[in-house]
Amino acid sequence: MQVSNKLTPFFENLNFERDDKTMVINFGPQHPSAHGQLRLVLELDGEQVVKAYPDIGYLHRGIEKMAENMTYNEFLPTTDRLDYIAATANNYAYALAVEKLLDIEAPRRAQVIRTMLLEINRVISHLFFIATHALDVGAMSVFLYAFREREFAMDLMEDYCGARLTHSAVRIGGVPLDLPEGWLENAASFCDKVDYELEHTYNALLEKNRIWKMRLEDVGVLSTEDALSWGCTGPMLRGSNVNYDIRKEEPYELYGELDFDIPVSDRCDSYGRYRLYMAEMKQSTRIIRQLIPLYAETTPELMAHSPQYISAPKEEIMTQNYALMQHFVLVTQGMRPPKGEVYVPTESPKGELGFYIKSEGEPYAYRLKCRAPSFFHTGLLQEILVGTYIADVVTIIGSTNIVFGEVDR
Amino acid sequence: MRKYVPKDSVQKKSYYTDRFWVAPRVPRLAVEDEHFVAVVEAVGEDSKESYVEVGQLVIHIEATDNIKVIKKLKEECGYTQCSEQSAVDYLARDGEFELFYQLLNVNEAKRVRVVCRIKDGEPIESITPLYKSANFAERELFDMFGIKVNNHPFLKRILMPDDWEGHPLLKTYPLEGDEFASWYEVDKIFGKEYRDIIGPENRDPAHIDREDSKRFSRVGYEVPFGAEVAEAQSEQEIAYSKIFLTNYNSKKSKVLDERR
Repeated sequence: MQVSNKLTPFFENLNFERDDKTMVINFGPQHPSAHGQLRLVLELDGEQVVKAYPDIGYLHRGIEKMAENMTYNEFLPTTDRLDYIAATANNYAYALAVEKLLDIEAPRRAQVIRTMLLEINRVISHLFFIATHALDVGAMSVFLYAFREREFAMDLMEDYCGARLTHSAVRIGGVPLDLPEGWLENAASFCDKVDYELEHTYNALLEKNRIWKMRLEDVGVLSTEDALSWGCTGPMLRGSNVNYDIRKEEPYELYGELDFDIPVSDRCDSYGRYRLYMAEMKQSTRIIRQLIPLYAETTPELMAHSPQYISAPKEEIMTQNYALMQHFVLVTQGMRPPKGEVYVPTESPKGELGFYIKSEGEPYAYRLKCRAPSFFHTGLLQEILVGTYIADVVTIIGSTNIVFGEVDR
Repeated sequence: MRKYVPKDSVQKKSYYTDRFWVAPRVPRLAVEDEHFVAVVEAVGEDSKESYVEVGQLVIHIEATDNIKVIKKLKEECGYTQCSEQSAVDYLARDGEFELFYQLLNVNEAKRVRVVCRIKDGEPIESITPLYKSANFAERELFDMFGIKVNNHPFLKRILMPDDWEGHPLLKTYPLEGDEFASWYEVDKIFGKEYRDIIGPENRDPAHIDREDSKRFSRVGYEVPFGAEVAEAQSEQEIAYSKIFLTNYNSKKSKVLDERR
């Protein structure tokens, strides 16, 4: 650590030349491939990385501290800012944790809508991954195509909740709105479009692309033991030949009754992980297609009936005095969940997103810990980068798919 | 008289709680699941208390036994991943921290939470020899709570700057930051001698300064950018634009093809 004062100012790029002939460089936080705010201090011997030190915290906003000072419903929009690429996945993970604490379940229609939104968010996030990963590696055109399809998915989100990035589309106990007219048809045509483009655009551009394969194959090799030990989850874990998907193993929402496969790769490298992301998008569209007919079979309730914790529907509030009183207390004081602690994992597009909530029976959470997958994937960088070449550093960071909103929280 | 503020917790509190309110508790069930029974047996006498809460096994242990118990869980019971570890601040009530380790068995799809308590100022043994993910998690634990972790390879602040004072997730640390936080950037960028000129950093995001016409404006009382705001300024008439507003209440959804 440099000691800076008026006479010796702080140098952003630390000492370049040292006695032991290694060079220390700063990768980020302004590097375009540093995925936001990652400052990676690399010690290089020639072009080979000898030591890597990820320095994080540039986007730290104290979200866990904020959670202790907000009521449960107040905190929900803040979770959008964790993994801002797929905001609904965060909203949902938080809402599910609180629901488990309250021991309530969302009505069937809300479950159908939530599962569809989660899968659309997975497609949004994965398309973003393919786009930025390819851009980092040097394939510019994939970025343009992937963002075109991502735009359609964001249109769907906008039609549903009005927001494109920070959705807050899920509430504790259900969803706030029903689907607008024509949304399901649009979702179906979106699925067709994504499937078509996956096959004819992305696969055609990347799958057998000579340069793409040379840049990705056998780069960022992560063994099964290391993946488990470093706390890797999601595609990072499945890319290292561990068949573990929380949607399948610990099913939540409607995933238990849906028919989908978990792609696993035994290549353990960046190319395997890329293939995995592509395969997962196909499974997501498959899930959305199965959910569309399920919607018609549901009754119109959208929020769980639990007057102690969740406000009654509007008609009841407007017609029944007691419902109005309960609504007033819930709005002014906030709900008071029972005492207890809960840890609920969900499969967000990046990996295992879990919320640990410790409640002391107050309207404010006593402690909320957000287990963010990207945080642990960033920790992995200090080992996986050692011994690689500087050109591969960008590929490996891209392949871990870290988002700094949830690394720094 | 000044309002009494408890010094041991400056977190937000409910402004009203019924006198007769008794919070219920999430049920703690006896361990009946076959796998969990085997886990409790493997931990043996080190387990002070064990129960199932919301589908996950919780085992309370002594803080000094943490590495011994977690090693058993990893090697004998197949808990190959440590998903998360952190602490809960109970300094005000018990003078203790509650630490938890959230472990995952990938083959059985089961989760165990190992809970232990340490006194204020006591260190805890690092579990980095067992799980590499503890490297970052324990650094965060140290950064946020000031809990020392013995035998950690690189115990250093992770989210806050290296020269930060105070540990933000303690209940005694205010949400807006303390005295140190309000001067941190002023001291760092300009130097201590500029404190009088610049003043402390305002860390209240909802702060509005009526006198400041550079960053705030007031509808009906607009003045040019940077001009002084007069004390008794009369209200100006607001000229509303005549543009037709978009009807956002329309139920019709956008047709995807139109964007092409």
